[in-house]
Amino acid sequence: MSALSGVLTAAGTDPSTYVHAPSISYVALLPILIVLGGACLGVLVEAVAPRALRYPIQVSLTVLVLLAALIDVISLHNKLTTTVSGAIAIDGVSLFIQGTVLVLAVLSVLLIADRGVEPGSAIVASAAITVGSPADRELASSRRVQTEIYPLALFAVAGMLIFPAANNLLLMFVALEVLSLPLYLMAGLARRRRLLSQEAAIKYFLLGAFASAFFLYGVAMLYGYANSVDLSAIFAAQNSSTQSDTLLWLGFGLLMVGLLFKAGIAPFHSWTPDVYQGSPTPVTTFMAACTKVAAFGAILRVFYVGFSISAWDWRWLIWAAAIASMVVGAVFGLTQTDVKRILAYSSIAHAGFILVGLVALDAQGISSVLFYLAAYGFTTVAAFGLVMLVRDANGEATHLSQWSGLARRSPLFAATFTFLLLALAGIPLTSGFTGKFVVFRAAYHVAGPLVVVGLISSAVAAFFYLRIVVMMFFAEPAEDGPTITIPTLLTYIPILAGVLVTVALGVFPQPLIDLAGKAAKLHG
Amino acid sequence: MHNLSLLGLLAVPLIGSLVIFAMPGGGEDNQARQHTVAKQTALVFSVLTFVYAVVLAFQFKTGPDSSRFQFQGSWVWIRDLGVHFAFGLDGIALVLILMSTLLVPCVVLASWNSFDTVEDAEDAVPSKRSAKAYFGLLLLLEVFMVGVFAATDIFLFYVFFEAMLVPMYFIIGSFGGPRRQYAAVKFFLYSLVGGLLMLASVIGLYVSSGTASFAFSDLVGHVPGGATQKWLFLGFFIAFAIKAPLFPFHTWLPDAGAEAPAGGAALLVGVLDKVGTFGFLRYCLPLFPEASRYFAKTILILSVIGVLYAAFLAMGQRDMKRLVAYTSVAHFGFIGLGIFAFTTQGGTGAVLYMVNHGLATGLLFIVVGFVVARGKSRQIGDYGGTAKVTPRLGGAFLIAGLAALALPGLSTFISEFLTLVGTFVRYKALAIIGTTGIILAALYVLLLYQRTMQGAVLDKVRAFRDLNARETFAIAPLIILIIALGVYPKPITDIINPAVNYTMHDVGKTDPQPQNVAQHSPNGGHK
Repeated sequence: MSALSGVLTAAGTDPSTYVHAPSISYVALLPILIVLGGACLGVLVEAVAPRALRYPIQVSLTVLVLLAALIDVISLHNKLTTTVSGAIAIDGVSLFIQGTVLVLAVLSVLLIADRGVEPGSAIVASAAITVGSPADRELASSRRVQTEIYPLALFAVAGMLIFPAANNLLLMFVALEVLSLPLYLMAGLARRRRLLSQEAAIKYFLLGAFASAFFLYGVAMLYGYANSVDLSAIFAAQNSSTQSDTLLWLGFGLLMVGLLFKAGIAPFHSWTPDVYQGSPTPVTTFMAACTKVAAFGAILRVFYVGFSISAWDWRWLIWAAAIASMVVGAVFGLTQTDVKRILAYSSIAHAGFILVGLVALDAQGISSVLFYLAAYGFTTVAAFGLVMLVRDANGEATHLSQWSGLARRSPLFAATFTFLLLALAGIPLTSGFTGKFVVFRAAYHVAGPLVVVGLISSAVAAFFYLRIVVMMFFAEPAEDGPTITIPTLLTYIPILAGVLVTVALGVFPQPLIDLAGKAAKLHG
Repeated sequence: MHNLSLLGLLAVPLIGSLVIFAMPGGGEDNQARQHTVAKQTALVFSVLTFVYAVVLAFQFKTGPDSSRFQFQGSWVWIRDLGVHFAFGLDGIALVLILMSTLLVPCVVLASWNSFDTVEDAEDAVPSKRSAKAYFGLLLLLEVFMVGVFAATDIFLFYVFFEAMLVPMYFIIGSFGGPRRQYAAVKFFLYSLVGGLLMLASVIGLYVSSGTASFAFSDLVGHVPGGATQKWLFLGFFIAFAIKAPLFPFHTWLPDAGAEAPAGGAALLVGVLDKVGTFGFLRYCLPLFPEASRYFAKTILILSVIGVLYAAFLAMGQRDMKRLVAYTSVAHFGFIGLGIFAFTTQGGTGAVLYMVNHGLATGLLFIVVGFVVARGKSRQIGDYGGTAKVTPRLGGAFLIAGLAALALPGLSTFISEFLTLVGTFVRYKALAIIGTTGIILAALYVLLLYQRTMQGAVLDKVRAFRDLNARETFAIAPLIILIIALGVYPKPITDIINPAVNYTMHDVGKTDPQPQNVAQHSPNGGHK
């Protein structure tokens, strides 16, 4: 792909550099290479390791690979550079996003690896078996498990690492596909309620394919406009290009469709509730936390590196998307009766809030978005982790009515979940408040009305969070209601980490605010 | 500016609370002993806190050149957000802290035996009552109460304001009467909605003032006028009006007050509700002078309606605790009058009223709690002639009742008088209508006293025992103070006056001729 980008940029400018091979800084690419290598290794393990050994090997391999990549990302913090003839930028933002993705990915993988909460695993052994067939019934009663989800997750993470670092739109597209394709598969791997899961996978795949096509179409338009798919060249072309602006705006709009889809922003959000509900909960966690972070990283880059010069012209588009997202998330969330769907609508609303921070096109805007992404990621990991624990005979009990009186059965669970809901609602002393605060503060002077809409929709959203709280604490528990499974260590760690970070970022957010402030730099 | 004395005041009850919560929860046989230790710890720490507060009060300078906030300490908390861990006391906060810290040991003493036996016989499903949790929560609540009065950073104030909900919620929800869950939820939701509105205003305040700080002293005078200020004012006002509670935001109080255990109710009405009126004085008026003047008339009218409406409702109650709760709503109407009349008498009267009301209603709730503990019922109809059997309890009941109806010679009279005089200077009609509230108060209090304490002695009442030493000790300080301050309120007014003057100055700052307003309104009235 590096050669490809070299060809493309060269073709438009100077034929004499046609065969110029780009210089590649392998040090800067090392985190990505580690994860990709780990993923390939995982595939080999699937092929050669005996079944009994696969699970321990895969889990430890995946976690180790992610941790190694994380350490490497941290070590890169003073070696900022652009490489592969500018196609990949290792700058503050991409490192911050990569680091966040890796940490959240480790936590999500631990949830995926858990085999105690759901006897066996939350992941089905053989997803292709027709639902309802004799083989399927046999599968349901067996404890057979497969481990192909770990390399899939690693491939997705690799895509998420490239996605926010790509300064070249074609590379960004490749990253988008690398991160999406495994996710489509993973969405269909639920052990229980398999039809719902398969439906989620199909929906996600079809809509995702459309979004990718839009993205690619947009790239083509922008190439027509700027003669290049490099963001910096597109940026420069907006000053000098003699091409029609229609090409630029069509290209930008189509590009946005693809990106907003991935980030789950209205009006391209409709997949979110279905996919979040149908996917196995650990996979939902992975999507809600990691994909969102990576997608916003890419949006940041496209906005700031490629289009900040014409911000005045497209800003209404982002305003509209932000308002739509906040309102849709808050209002439609009110009518939901499934906890996972409520969290999905909550994620749509949160995507809107993050977009508000993006509107402030300055360093404060970037740092506020980075902070919010990290804060939201941890809270959401812990929230979904807790959802996994509420179970009855049919698996997870996610219907709101089943949650009635849960506080009576487990006060600790109810209190923890309440705390996370308060964080999502943005109550002080939680990371949610700090996140909203920095975002709204950054946007206040450029987008006052947006902030007002944000505050109102936070208030509306607070209502449906409170509904869950009221249900847990004040409704009578049902006779045959679900019970709270005691979390195993693999579930316990992500939940604990998520809760602790949510507290810490609420009470002492200054270190992360400082870090995000330092990281708020993008290389063109 | 790193005076540690207020941190110490927060630390004492906090340590007490932690000590109680950290006690090992022994088995069945250990439980009685554990209860006793928890009670004793709570008493020791609450008395220590009170002594600490009194020592602070003696160091508080009241001279004309004394600074507005004393014992100031400020530490950066979240630098990027401009949030400080900042404390300081003005006269208003000081007297309220004194009142609160006095009330807590009284409540601890009064609740001494409440959890050894199931208090309310009507309760079908007695919950697991743990004295340890109750007393731990009481002290935790005291931390937040002190914090909310002492904070000089609006963000910090908001945090304490919301944090207070949590222990109170559990006190009502776990230790209250038969409908405690309903009452607890209602209390929590009302307060939370108010809190969220206030949060929106707090953020609005931060961004619109452009000071990048939450410190009260930085924000005063920097709030833009016009519509912005009115909206911000409303956010704060509604939160405080719910807390106070001012008509028509009061409907949660009768439920919460009735269902809370007697000690919890005394703190709920005596202290927590004062946070609302304290908020009017400390935050609404100085921060939003223009909006305060704009809305003043509406609020005054609501206050007068509250005085009369709640008084009528109080008369119709059969449940003693609900009745007391309604009397409080009426009293908060008077406080509202005093605050929004924008006169020094009104302001001083309102602050004095807050202190006296805390003492008087606290006393009334505790005494009613004693009665309920004996008769296992909150219904007025279940009692009769109690005073003949238990003269000391009857006497205490009478004094508490007379304090509630503001009998001259008791402390509440002076404050009620001052608020009405302060209102009369500006709004004659409102003051006159408000005065009828005093007559109604006499009616509902005396009717309550007559029905429960006088008349034929019911059989059930014959078995009642009179107040024992512990119970007498629990209420004696309150009674003594009510009488003492009724005769000689100067120590308190000396502390209050400078703070009230500062507040009035803040409101009048952009309104240089307050006299004109005073002259205009009677003219308007003559037309």
